[in-house]
Order: sequence, then structure tokens, then C-alpha cells
Amino acid sequence: MARFLIALPVVVALVIGAAFFWGLDPDRDPGAVPTVLLSQPAPEFDLPPVEGAGVPGLSRADLSNLERPALVNVFASWCVPCRAEHAVLTRLVQEEGVPLMGLNYKDKPEDAAQWLRDLGNPYDRIGSDLSGRAGIEWGVSGVPETFVIDTAGTVVYRHVGPIVAADDLARVRSALAAAAGAAS
Amino acid sequence: MIPELGHFALTLALMAAVVQSVLPMLGAARNNALWMQSAVTTSVVQVALVGVAFLALMRSFVVSDFTVRNVVENSHSLKPMLFKVAGTWGSHEGSLVLWVLILAIFGAGVATLGRNVPDGLKARTLSVQAWVSVGFLTFLLFTSNPFERVFPPPMDGQDLNPLLQDVGLALHPPLLYIGYVGFSIVFSFAVAALIEGRVDPAWARWVRPWTLAAWISLTAGIALGSWWAYYELGWGGWWFWDPVENVSFMPWLLGTALLHSAIVTEKRDAFKSWTILLAILTFSLSLLGTFIVRSGLLTSVHAFAVDPERGLYILGLLGITVVGSLTLYAARAPKLEGGGLFAPISREGGLLVNNLLLATATAVVLFGTLYPLFVEAIADEKISVGPPFFNASFIPIMLPLVAIMAVGPLLSWKRADLPGVLSRLKWVAGLTALAALGAWYVDTNGPALAVLAIAAAVWLLSATLREWALRIKLGAVPLIASWRRARGLPRAAHGMTLAHAGLAVCIIGFTGSSAWKEEVIKFGEPGTEVAIAGFDIRFEGVERLRGPNYISDTGTLIVTRGGEPVTVLRPERRSYPVANSQTTEAAIRSTVAGDLYASISAPSDEKSLAAGKWTLRILYEPLVGFIWLGTVMLVVGGILSLSDRRLRVGAPRRTVATPPVGATPAE
Repeated sequence: MARFLIALPVVVALVIGAAFFWGLDPDRDPGAVPTVLLSQPAPEFDLPPVEGAGVPGLSRADLSNLERPALVNVFASWCVPCRAEHAVLTRLVQEEGVPLMGLNYKDKPEDAAQWLRDLGNPYDRIGSDLSGRAGIEWGVSGVPETFVIDTAGTVVYRHVGPIVAADDLARVRSALAAAAGAAS
Repeated sequence: MIPELGHFALTLALMAAVVQSVLPMLGAARNNALWMQSAVTTSVVQVALVGVAFLALMRSFVVSDFTVRNVVENSHSLKPMLFKVAGTWGSHEGSLVLWVLILAIFGAGVATLGRNVPDGLKARTLSVQAWVSVGFLTFLLFTSNPFERVFPPPMDGQDLNPLLQDVGLALHPPLLYIGYVGFSIVFSFAVAALIEGRVDPAWARWVRPWTLAAWISLTAGIALGSWWAYYELGWGGWWFWDPVENVSFMPWLLGTALLHSAIVTEKRDAFKSWTILLAILTFSLSLLGTFIVRSGLLTSVHAFAVDPERGLYILGLLGITVVGSLTLYAARAPKLEGGGLFAPISREGGLLVNNLLLATATAVVLFGTLYPLFVEAIADEKISVGPPFFNASFIPIMLPLVAIMAVGPLLSWKRADLPGVLSRLKWVAGLTALAALGAWYVDTNGPALAVLAIAAAVWLLSATLREWALRIKLGAVPLIASWRRARGLPRAAHGMTLAHAGLAVCIIGFTGSSAWKEEVIKFGEPGTEVAIAGFDIRFEGVERLRGPNYISDTGTLIVTRGGEPVTVLRPERRSYPVANSQTTEAAIRSTVAGDLYASISAPSDEKSLAAGKWTLRILYEPLVGFIWLGTVMLVVGGILSLSDRRLRVGAPRRTVATPPVGATPAE
């Protein structure tokens, strides 16, 4: 027993070392979060509008017959990075006409409405997910998060975190373009 | 020319290290005094050569030599001089040169100062130290040459990451490295002792000052990093349980355990194999830190340029060092035991519990840090482990540690009289109860853990002061006699008192600033008012100012309390056009009671910008200043202890038995 205990540190070190060796694989991106939804139809959900936001609510049906690929953005007024992302999304809507759907995650409708009044509302539709139930369906790991949906309502890309850096935006754009190309 | 000279010096240093890693070890085995002596020479030669390389690199930064790729990537001609110098260790390559330099300095330190260390042990220790040197010098030369030239040289550099252009962070890496790398010499001592197969109190006495020196630096380095995060990141927190913070914290926890277990080895000839294991593991965790920061294995706010090849190389180094030394340990440690026996209630017993709790805490932090990687490797799922896990698991381990820590110094060696000790702590217990009631009264609906933590801190602080007062017989004898006794106490005793009290002060700060923090995040335009913690704050607007290599948007916040002006806070948002990035400079008004903390961030769209709208983040962090005060006490306590004559590295050994330094005087 004592012998075994004395050798225990080596064993633990070897196990940790093996995990490190595995982790060094150059193809592994520690920042990437996989999604079970990729290439799957968007999940079933039906959310009421955010009161005072002035746009209709969001459901699965609204994503089925789109004219062009759209973004579904998970946001909340309590989320600071969402503010940073908001300007980028607004520009994307105004300059490129990308349809933008909002999923207002675990947020009081009056706070969300105030937030949209302060910053402007680029969303075509916003579903109020007060309980976070729809967020579970979408497999949301945090706020903000953005999904690219093709015209048939299939999830083609998922971005975790705010879209602010140029390469974030480039990836979202290319996912949108790929979805548009596949549809036509 | 000079960069090539630096490169050449590094190559020569590698040669010296190779010689040193073989010759003294053989000399010790064959009892060849000349071969053993060679370690002293090669150690000094190594430090000189690496010093030349370091200065050569620093010169390239100082004169902005843009023919050197490293300078191009990490400096700019307009950067203030301090940050040009600090740029030397701002990059992966430069910081490795610093790493190797500190490694060499510690080796040369033992070679020149350790005159009373027996030749055999010294030769073996320096040889082991040279193995580590060879590993890192080859890593530097083969994968991360800092002196690489670039042609054609660009007109100007790409600037150092602006977040790092800060006095706190200019000094943070050197201190942290002295800590990390300082444990290397302790590791070398441990491996040398395993090779010799002998550990005795003398061994512990030689090792302790080096451990202490490394520990002091690591404490200061971590505190400086934490302070930097507090005022520079603009999030208003000082610890985030980020993987990179954790990897610097783990060697600290285990190093603290080592510091205490080495006392037992020194005084009582016990805990030998445990002390050796701690010495090996502490340095292993330091290497682990280096590996994680430089391999991009985990996502973190800090990271050097990620390169899998480098990651693989350090993993190899880490593997050889850790697995090699632990295997040697497994083979040799069973022969080491023996030594003084002791009753469960004794100084040894207290230190044993201290060690077990610190080791458990380290294991918890290690587990939490690596768990996401394991889950991903086995189940291919991504998870993250955040502050809730660490707070829930780490604090319950720390509270009993603090409770025992207060009593430990009062216990005598071998067998202690617990009722007697506790009876001396009557007033301390009363004070603790009072503090708990006070904390509960101030915030009746607050977290119960906060009340408990405040009680623990007051218990530790007052028991520590009580122990010190007992030792100098404060109150029992005339004041002048107490003063004489205080002067007669070894400095290590004062150091311990100060360090333990410092931890108590830190805990007050940790608790206040996390449990009773107030925070307001608001969209502000000129005229917006915010009320927080009794202060009224009026946002006046933002003006654009120009710095040496940045543009600053400085906000003005007028703070009043009950109509009386208090202060004006000027948080900044700085843009560095060359590096194309931004930093936050929080404005902080510090008082003993707490910090009023303000930071601003840019409006998210043009419309708000035109309207002068900014996001204001205002926090009130009660008692946060105690954290910095407490860490200063920890560091000064450590330095005081290090300056103790008994520990001084060059001090001649006394022939008479030293009385146990921590013992309570007989009454």
C-alpha cells in the first residue's frame, strides 16, 4: 500500500501529461464550442413578443420560409458584450439588409424595451425567452450567441460570444453567403 | 552585431550548462573534488553569459533596433522608455531569456553563497539545476530565438500590447519568474538529496532561505498581477479564477506548504519524504504554469502567441522533469523516513494539518483548472469551470486552515497543552465573537459565509498578536523589558507574526470586496446621476486628450456625498493606434473603508457617440485596500524572516543547538 502511495504522484503526472499531449493537437481550438444543431433544423419554439419593443414575437414557423438567410441573435439587456455587438449587428442590417431575429434571453421585458429604445432596434422579430426554455432548445451556452439560419430554417453556423472583431464578422458573412449560395 | 553577440552568448551558456550537468555529478559520484568544484565556475560563467544575452536584447529594445524581429513585434519608437525596457520580457522569447537568466542567477547564488553546503550535495544540486538550464536554453535556441533579424527592417514597430504598458505589469513578470524559477533550486536540492539518499535538518536549513526568497517574489508577483487586473481591466475585480491566475496560485499554495514542512524537517527531523515531494511538486507546478501559458491549451485572458511546436517541446521538458523526478522519488523516498515522534496535538501536528489542507486546496485548484480539458478529452464536451466552483470548494478548505493557523504558533513541539493554549485565547475568542456579531449587524441579510470569514480573520489576527504579546511578555513585565525582549526575538519570529497577520488582513479585504460589493452599470450622457454607497456621482461628459502613443477619452465624474464635494474621478478609455487596440484606465478613489471605482466604455454606435452617451461602470468595493496592505505585510514578513541571521545563506553554522525559534517561552 505504502509502495503504491509513493508511486501515486508519478501516475497522476502521467495521466495529466497524456491529457496535455492530447490537448496540443493543432486542429483543436480551445475557444470553439461545438453545437449539436449544426446542419440540423432549428428547434421547435414559440415565443411571445417583448412588450414595448414594437416588433412581433418569434417562433419556429417564422424561420421556415425565409427569403434569404437570417441571423438569430441571443441577447439580453444585462449582458455588457451585447452592447458592443449591437452596433455591428445594426450596421449589418442597415447596410446589407440581413434579416435579424432576436432571442431576448432571461430578460425583463421592460428592461429589454428600454435597452432597445436607448440603442435602437435592428431586429425584425424578437421572442421573449423569460424562462430560458427556448435557450435550452437552442443549446445556448451564454449570451451573446448568434446562429446563421438558411432559408429552409436549418442552422448552418453558430458563433459564441459577441461579434465584434473583424474576423468574427468575416466568418458570419461567409456563413451567410454560403447559405445564400446553397439556396439559389 | 550586438544581437548576434547575444545569440552567441546564449549558445556558449548552453555549452557551460551541458558541462555543468555532467561533470559535477560524476565528480560527486567519484569523489573528485576538482570536478565538483567546476560547478561553481560554470554557474558563474552561465550567469555572465545569459546576462550578456539579456542585456543585448534589452539594448535592442532601448535603441529601438527594428532589424530585430522581436523588437518590431513588441516595441515602438514612441513608447515611453520604461516600457521599452519592459518590452524585453513582454514577448514569449524575451520572457524566456528572463526565465533562463533567473535560473542561472539562482544557480550562481547557491554556487557562491552556499559555502557551508557540503561539496557533494552542492555539486549534485548545481548539476540538476544545469539539467533544467539545458532544457530551457535548447528550447530558447531551437524554437524561440529572440535575436532573429528581419529584412528589410520596417520603419517602426508594431508596439507592445497596450494592456501590458503599465508600471504594475512591467514589474509583474520578473517578480513572478523569480518566484517560479526560484523553486527550481529547491527542486534541484531535493533531487540531489534523493540521489544522495540523505535528508537531514541541515539540508532543510540550506533549502529554506531559497524557498522563502522564491515565495516572497511569487507573493509579490501574484499580488501585483491581481492589482493590475483590478485597475487596468476595468471589470472591478481582483481575482477571476482564470486558468493563468490559477497556475501561478498553485505553486504559491504548495510553496507555502513547503515553507512550513521544511521547518519541521529542520527542527524535528520529520516529514522528510513529504518535504522532498513538496519541493518536487512545487517546481513541477511552476513548469506546468509555463506550459499552460505558452501552449494555448486552455482558453484564458492571458496568452502568448500560441505555437503547437513550442507547446510540444515544453511538454517534453515538463514530462522529463516531473516523471523523472517523481520516479526517482518513488524509488528512494521509502528509505527516508524516521525522525522525531510527536503527539497529535503539537506544533508538528498543527503544521501537518496546515500541509494537508494546503495540498488539498492545491489539488482542488488543479482539478478545477484541468477538468474542462479532461471532460473534452473523454466526453468531447466543452464545459467551463468558473468562480462558483472555486469559491464553493476552496473557501471551505481555507476557513479551517485559518482557524488552526491562529493556534499553531502557540503549540509547543512534540506535545502541546491544548487546554492551556486555548485558555490564553479567551479574549481572542471573545473578540472574534464580537466581530462576527458586528459583521452580522452591518449586513444582516448578507451571506453567512462573509460573517464566518470576518470572524476567521479577526480570530487569526488577534491570536497572532496575542502570541506575539505573550512572547515579549507584553503587560506581564515593564514595557521597557518587553521592548528588550522584542528586540531579542529572532527576526524570523517577527516575520511569522507579520505574515500571519497579513493573511488575516487580506481575508478582511477578500471578504469585504466580494461579499459587500455594490455595482451600477448605467448608460450615461452629460448630466446623468448615479447614487451608490452613499455617494452621488454626476457624469459631466468625455473629452479627448492625447498621450505619447495613445489617444485618451477621459470622462469626468463629480462625486459628492450629502451635497459636499468629495472628489473628481477621471476614468479613461485609451486607444493605441499603432497596436490597434484599446485599454481601460479605471479611476479609483481609495479610502480605508473601501474603493470607489469608475470605468467608462465607448458607446456602441455612432448615434449614441454623437449624443455623448457612454457606458458607466461604477463600483463600490468595501475594504479592498486591505488586500494590498495584507500582501505587503506578507512580503515584508517574508523579507524579515529571510534577513534572520540564522537563515542567512552565508552565515556560519552555529555549533550549539539552536533553541526552537517558534517555541512559547516558559512561564
